[in-house]
Amino acid sequence: MSDLDCNEFVELVTAYLDGALDEETERRFDDHLEMCDGCDTYLDQIRQTTQSLGSMTPEALPDASRQALLDAFRDWKR
Amino acid sequence: MEPEARSGSADFPPDEVLVARLRDGDEAAFVLLVDAWSGGMGRLARSFVATNESAAEVVQDTWLAVIRGIDSFEGRASLKTWTYRILVNTAKRRGAREGRTIPMSSLLPTDEDYGPTVDPARFLEAGHRWAGHWREFPAVWPSPEHAALSGEIHAQVAEAVAVLPHRQRIVITLRDVEGYSSDEVREILDISAANQRVLLHRARASVRARLESYFATVDTERVGGEAVP
Repeated sequence: MSDLDCNEFVELVTAYLDGALDEETERRFDDHLEMCDGCDTYLDQIRQTTQSLGSMTPEALPDASRQALLDAFRDWKR
Repeated sequence: MEPEARSGSADFPPDEVLVARLRDGDEAAFVLLVDAWSGGMGRLARSFVATNESAAEVVQDTWLAVIRGIDSFEGRASLKTWTYRILVNTAKRRGAREGRTIPMSSLLPTDEDYGPTVDPARFLEAGHRWAGHWREFPAVWPSPEHAALSGEIHAQVAEAVAVLPHRQRIVITLRDVEGYSSDEVREILDISAANQRVLLHRARASVRARLESYFATVDTERVGGEAVP
């Protein structure tokens, strides 16, 4: 089985990170990764991208909505 | 590498405890959930509706539905997944009223979601001895720990996500921003792992490309002229 080309590698990164590649493709992916600094960088940047996405803090609920919900919860309890 | 589940810290009570406390009308339990989840819920809701105000109302309506429905919660999904399902249904109804119909079918990948996610010009052309290999390697990015950059990075990432097609935005928000597994996203959206992956792959590539363009404009001296690893 031939080695992957870089333009094939970049289309497999999400499946790779999901652990969804079949064994043979995963082996070719790992082999390519070991030899190719460009693709190593690319995969690393996809990881950095998901890390940045995961570290975004959402805006808190406005106080008025929060209070309205607590009131609704109290009413329901009765 | 799966993003870590961020749904709860170690001292977050398990579902059985939370559900029992909610059914007993325990306000502290309700506050705990509202404070922990509403921000993420608003962010997801915003992908379905036209304005931030609408998104806040969707979150509010969802919590009211959770209060009303908690007695019928059966524990087949986690409490959070159940809550998010209610959120998605509420948001879709709301989006439809606003003329932003997002039927389930439009959450599936379309033709535009396939095809190369990296500009083919970045690779050597057919006929070249190294056809399909990088013309030039992607430039290594400055260290993400650099404090001066992290605020900018978040702004770039937020903007990149905001301009994605809805279906990609919804999936990347659940998977990468909220940290849900592909099984959980299937429960929330009824999209197969394979279809999610198509959307997630394209969405991540777009956000990465945005960061790449951004870093290309960042002067190395601005980040202290440090040698990058």
